[in-house]
Amino acid sequence: MNVKALLLALCLAMPAQGQGFAGLGQGGEGFALPTPDPTFTFPEDHGPHPDYRIEWWYLTAALEDAEGRAYGVQWTLFRSALTPEGPQVWMGHFGLTTPEAHFTGERLARGGIAQAGVTAAPFAAWIDDWRMEGTDLAALDLVARTGEAGYDLALSAEGPLVFHGDAGFSVKSATGQASYYYSQPFYAVSGTLHLPEGDVAVTGRGWLDREWSSQPLEGDQEGWDWFSLHLDDGARLMAFALRGGSDFHYASYIHPDGRLVPFYGDALELTPLRTAEVAGRDVPVEWRLSLPAEGIDLTVEAVNDDSWQATLFPYWEGPVRATGTHEAVGFLEMTGYE
Amino acid sequence: MNRAALGALLAHWRRHPVQLATLVIGLALATGLWIGVQAINAQARLSYDRAAATLGQENLPRLEGALTLDDFVTARRAGWLVTPVLEGRIPGTSLRLLGIDPFTAPPSAASGDLGEAEVLTAFLTGEVVFAPPGTDLPPGLPAVQAADVAPGLVLADIAAAQAILETERITRLLVLPGARDGLTPLTELLPGTTRIAPQGETDIARLTDSFHLNLTAFGLLAFAVGLFIVHAAIGLAFEQRRTLFRTLRALGLPAARLTLLLAAELVVFTFVSGTLGILLGYGVAALLLPGVAATLSGLYGAGVAGELSLSPLWWLSGFAMAGLGLALAGGQALWQLARLPILAPAMPRAWARARAVTLRRQGAGGIALLVVAAALALWGDGLLVGFLCLGALLLGAALLLPPLLAVALDFGAGRARAPFTQWLWADARQQVPGLSLALMALLLALSANIGVGTMVGSFRATFTGWLDQRLAAELYLYAADAEEARAMEAFLDGRVDAVLPVAIAPARIEGAPGQIFAQTDHATFRDNWPVLDAVPGVWDRLAAGEGALVNEQLARREGLWAGESVDLGQGGMREILGVYSDYGNPAGQAILNAAPFREAFPDTPFLTFGLRLDPGDVQALSSELVARFDLPADRIERQAEVKAAALAIFEQTFAVTAALNVLTLGVAAFALWASLTTLGTMRLPQVAPVWALGTTRARLAQADLLRALLLATFTALLAIPTGILLAWVLLSVVNVQAFGWRLPLLADPMGWIVLALAAMAAAVLAATLPAWRLWRMSPAELVKVFAHER
Repeated sequence: MNVKALLLALCLAMPAQGQGFAGLGQGGEGFALPTPDPTFTFPEDHGPHPDYRIEWWYLTAALEDAEGRAYGVQWTLFRSALTPEGPQVWMGHFGLTTPEAHFTGERLARGGIAQAGVTAAPFAAWIDDWRMEGTDLAALDLVARTGEAGYDLALSAEGPLVFHGDAGFSVKSATGQASYYYSQPFYAVSGTLHLPEGDVAVTGRGWLDREWSSQPLEGDQEGWDWFSLHLDDGARLMAFALRGGSDFHYASYIHPDGRLVPFYGDALELTPLRTAEVAGRDVPVEWRLSLPAEGIDLTVEAVNDDSWQATLFPYWEGPVRATGTHEAVGFLEMTGYE
Repeated sequence: MNRAALGALLAHWRRHPVQLATLVIGLALATGLWIGVQAINAQARLSYDRAAATLGQENLPRLEGALTLDDFVTARRAGWLVTPVLEGRIPGTSLRLLGIDPFTAPPSAASGDLGEAEVLTAFLTGEVVFAPPGTDLPPGLPAVQAADVAPGLVLADIAAAQAILETERITRLLVLPGARDGLTPLTELLPGTTRIAPQGETDIARLTDSFHLNLTAFGLLAFAVGLFIVHAAIGLAFEQRRTLFRTLRALGLPAARLTLLLAAELVVFTFVSGTLGILLGYGVAALLLPGVAATLSGLYGAGVAGELSLSPLWWLSGFAMAGLGLALAGGQALWQLARLPILAPAMPRAWARARAVTLRRQGAGGIALLVVAAALALWGDGLLVGFLCLGALLLGAALLLPPLLAVALDFGAGRARAPFTQWLWADARQQVPGLSLALMALLLALSANIGVGTMVGSFRATFTGWLDQRLAAELYLYAADAEEARAMEAFLDGRVDAVLPVAIAPARIEGAPGQIFAQTDHATFRDNWPVLDAVPGVWDRLAAGEGALVNEQLARREGLWAGESVDLGQGGMREILGVYSDYGNPAGQAILNAAPFREAFPDTPFLTFGLRLDPGDVQALSSELVARFDLPADRIERQAEVKAAALAIFEQTFAVTAALNVLTLGVAAFALWASLTTLGTMRLPQVAPVWALGTTRARLAQADLLRALLLATFTALLAIPTGILLAWVLLSVVNVQAFGWRLPLLADPMGWIVLALAAMAAAVLAATLPAWRLWRMSPAELVKVFAHER
């Protein structure tokens, strides 16, 4: 079995990698499509939506230990439907970043057996022994471990769910590609990292993204740069730029009480300030991010330039720290850099 | 000047097209057989590599037991990196089905390409399976997508495989590296399972080495026979052109230039013959490969693709072999030519009267080689030594042929009274040096034929008898687990004459991986089991639970025979009560009585049953069993079918060898024909006087045929003992070293006579054309002999 080819096939259906897979934008036939003015029902919508082609439960946490050293943790479960009625495939990604090291893990599972899955109530998302579970999203246990490293964290939500774009209908291109997208950006996190040199107690802030769709990217879009930031005034900022023939910018400014203000187009400015050679390519690891409408102008810098997720579809994902008009911690994901 | 010289040299070939054809075809045949054998070997090894890469499961620890996909999930969710495998035979076919989970299968697993989303979907939904091109599945099964998987293998998704085999089970979990430390042990997590360390002994390439060595030996033999042809043709061409060389040198062509031109000629021959040889080798390989593939898969379970690819390396090795052959055959001639005094007499040497000293040297060399062969057979050790012994035997016999022929012909000449008969004997004697190479080739081919034929016959007879003894029960039944086994026993109670439960446990025997069988005492075993060496009262003592039986392979390898004790690992130290034949099994094996087996392996259930019943009831009972227990085809086997399948496999094994034998014999006949044809022209000066004295051309032609027959008969007479010795070495030396068992030699006089007659017929056939040419020769040609100045 050519697993590499298999994963290519799987990832054809994965949105995070727009690069080179122009067919994806047209591939939604037979699947349900997101429509404007969505109505979400909870807890059901925390669970899987098999009518849609792709879906993910994406948790990132920016952490630090007692000495103030920065760490980052990623736990992601992707669901992909190969055909509208056909087999479901699950993929888990693990990331753990320290200032000096980055650990990656990847797991795959077939649908239909209990090796991987998501239940809405009580909430549980798992693949193998990697799991994120709790009675509901308000309090979660997050556990994952590879042969090298792992973590065991407790997450507690200190604010409401927020809905991106137009009340959770998140447009991804000028021609209308869209997804359903909501987040829980208010987690307080504490727990333990299991590193090769020993366990480390950490605390920090976590962010859960929930997104599902069937045709998320425009054909000529090459990749994206995605930021999630916890600002020191209690506000949150999510911003992304889809690069390519039809560049597309979007930002969600989230007030400390959870009120969300969407910004489209030129309202968000993203400028790479420094690139680093990572895995043989030049990846921007320091950015200027400004959202003048909310008085935000930040210099965002990677905690570890080498936060390279060497999964079968490699990408950059790791914790960042920001200075400027605000102090902030958060996460950066970048795809499509060759 | 170059052009003129080249033109003069090449004119020789224009005047002797048959000689040219002999040279080219001989070299092409030699190269072709060699390349063909090499191609088969290479293809087989490629297939092993691919099979090994399918899952790499030979190199991974595994968990076996009554497992389902739920157990797989349990293990994964506990943190173990395991992947499920379901193995079975597709009902109604001989295809091996391998069910895998593409998401957790190890990255080394190479075969079907799931790079298309549609293909992946069809694979996961069981609409498509992967198999080598040309695989046909029975109707109702998934469509086959041609893929680069090992031959005889069908690769399916695990769920699809479960559906095809109609089971909820999986065969095993492979344990992949990379899991974190501190996990609950798998055997604790999934009680009733056994964790088995990777088994090095299933390394197919190592197992089949002896088979390939056999093929290689045949390839070399064929090449050697071909070289005899080329040597004869080249030598002749150089001898015949001696006058020409002298003339060219006298006209001012420098010796170095002449040598260069002749070397260039050899290079051209190399390319032409090499190309032909490679194409021929491809043909041979394509023809034989299906047989080889069937052999390897039958004997060792190793799949080999039935298709060939012509790699650039072949071309290179083909030219290299052809070039090497020509260098060997022509090098000496070139060397002599370069040192030839300019006005040396142009007297052909090869046809000068055979010198007694050469014959004596050949005789001494032959005897020395035979002594070496005997010493190797008696005191040597190892497979290579076995083959060296074979080589020494064959070469020794070949070297002895000319002196023995000379002695026999001298003896005949001494007894002859009529002048013509006297001349006939003397003339035959005179020709021995010229024909000796061809006759040696015939001897080699004939000996190989007799030897291998005897070995195959002995093997077949022994194996058939052994199969009759060993497969005594009429029906064999395999239960999935202990529960089903109990239900089967209850069901069978009263329906059959006897139920003979058998259990099998993997164990380390004398430190090496092997198997231990448990047997329940029954007359079936006492009456039928083929025991080679035993202590008195072996069956009573085994029934009392005292010791163990071991197979011949183990006994020979470890030098442990009845009365000594053997380390059966978990089975303990036990006295060897007897040694039994166990053909076709490379690993060590031991048999214990059921009671001590249960003590040593309390967790191993008795899942196999041999059923004794009236052969007429087999059909009815097997249908009943299939219906009652919902048995898939591979869990109930009828003795008659198993026997037929096993015999078919062994027939296949030797079909390849037999084909190579025929080819070798054909090449030898060709060599003889080539030599006789060229000799026919060369010896005109000897025939012409006899003709001039009044002997008719028809009588002379008859005499030629008779002489060929005479020489072939002597050769065959020597070939028969050589062939029998060869068979003995194969059966008692090579076989023991390669497979670990010795076979009795069964004489096959009829077969030998038939082969000898075939060789004689080939010789007569080879002599027919030259004889015919002599018969039809214009008297003017014969008269010319007296006019030509030599």
